[in-house]
Amino acid sequence: MRYIPHTDDDIRVMLSRIGLADVSTLFDCIPKALQLQRDLDLPPPLSEPELERHLSNLAELNDGATMTSFLGGGAYRHHSPAAINQLLLRGEFFTAYTPYQAEVAQGTLQAIFEFQTMISRLFGLDVANASMYDGASATAEAVLMAARLRKGRKVLVAGSLNPSYRAVIETYTQFGDLELVTIPFGADGRIDRNALASMPVAEACAVVVASPNFFGVIEDLAALRAAVNGDAIFVVSFSEPLAYAMLRPPGACGADIAAGEGASFGLATSFGGPYLGLFATKKEFVRSMPGRLAGETVDTRGERGYVLTLSTREQHIRREKATSNICTNQALCALAASIYLSLHGKAGLPALAKLNRDLAQTAKAKLTAAGAALRFAAPTFNEFVMRLPRSAADVVAASRKQGLIPGLPLAGLDGFDDRDLLVCVTELNTTDDIDRLARIVREG
Amino acid sequence: MSVPADLLFTKDHEWARIEGDTARIGVTHYAQDSLGEIVFVELPEVGRTIAAGGTFGSVESVKAVSDLFAPLSGVVAAVNKALVDTPETVNRDPYGDGWMIQVKLSDPAETAALLAPADYEKLLSEES
Repeated sequence: MRYIPHTDDDIRVMLSRIGLADVSTLFDCIPKALQLQRDLDLPPPLSEPELERHLSNLAELNDGATMTSFLGGGAYRHHSPAAINQLLLRGEFFTAYTPYQAEVAQGTLQAIFEFQTMISRLFGLDVANASMYDGASATAEAVLMAARLRKGRKVLVAGSLNPSYRAVIETYTQFGDLELVTIPFGADGRIDRNALASMPVAEACAVVVASPNFFGVIEDLAALRAAVNGDAIFVVSFSEPLAYAMLRPPGACGADIAAGEGASFGLATSFGGPYLGLFATKKEFVRSMPGRLAGETVDTRGERGYVLTLSTREQHIRREKATSNICTNQALCALAASIYLSLHGKAGLPALAKLNRDLAQTAKAKLTAAGAALRFAAPTFNEFVMRLPRSAADVVAASRKQGLIPGLPLAGLDGFDDRDLLVCVTELNTTDDIDRLARIVREG
Repeated sequence: MSVPADLLFTKDHEWARIEGDTARIGVTHYAQDSLGEIVFVELPEVGRTIAAGGTFGSVESVKAVSDLFAPLSGVVAAVNKALVDTPETVNRDPYGDGWMIQVKLSDPAETAALLAPADYEKLLSEES
């Protein structure tokens, strides 16, 4: 679709229709003191080569982008095959428009349908939507969905959930009647089962656990599910979906909702995103599910076709009574994930997951040999917490001088001190990188 | 359009059949016809208190999800569970097998505020 701005003639016609002489009079309701009263102070226009030079200079200021990095904490660096961007840039897909009209959007709707199919299979649940903003809002929407389905007004949230996800849940629920209760984690980094046993599960509409959690630790989901009896909705949140290419899927462990981040599947780790919220649930809850759903059907000639389905509960039809206010179209990010998953395939994805896990295990061993201690004993995927022999801030400073980002210091987080460092290892890290990190930990 | 003589109606196109101290409640032929093919009916649990004019559930057709408004106040005594699997019964037989809930009335005098069949027929002729 072509973007055509208003011409001077268009503006003149519109102004004369509403009886105004000048566009600026539209802003008379804004106090004079708050009006800028002048043009923006912009530099003169640049030629294309000048602009490229300017932007390159700006990009070079971001020195972290070229460093060897062990940062995770919710955003994971993975290789994005070149085919993804090549396909995303095709005109048929490269639009922010929402594909409401089945008559003109079969390709987009089919891509969305296949995205849903892959996500629901990966998480072992009946249906997946397409999609949510990010892992944090997907998790918060899971809480709101549980509150629609169940009477309990308490929400039990794992203390090991990504703190920014927790903050978004708090924002979403702050004016409602829900009460958030924190489930503490134990010495091994997993949910403290004894503490969970004494929590008000019977009064809860949702129990939100994280796996892999913010410390990279994997929970025994089936055992947790068994411990959460009653009718509370069991929500599994995650920010590294690749883990489920080798772990038992949440659905098979009894999860009612799997909600989390999908950016690992082909999206770049840009500052501020875009991220991609994943959301899957059981068929019995489909009418309470937020977000968009593409369905497969047959047309009047009996041929396969795709449509948006159950959209009668979405906000463009049901207004203030809609299931959610998710309307931003994440289709391009979902498409990137679909292409990513198709390129890796059923055999490739578990192999990639295993490579991540193995490299992380190697890093654990080398860092331990360098004098650091593993903070939690429970199994992890591609991320783990090390207690360093000295301050994590010092290690970060020493590493940066050598072009390396060693991880995320956890000082300030409940239960951690200034020596704790969250380290993430993906397929983009080499064993040489790990040796360099170990040397810095040992020698400074 | 058929408007049974033994029912009372709301302006929102629900009907009520008074049976002693209870009322059976559903949506009218006009309502199901306007909604089109009904694919899901969401009804309250037995024991829930509902108030006249308040919502007691929703009905979803291929076109829209619409709230159901209670004609009378009371406590839900029975729910037509058959509609869970066969919501299209509401289209086929809105005044019979397509009933939705039965309510034990808390204030039978409220029936005075409902429309008699003749008044409802007049409303329909004005709306069409």
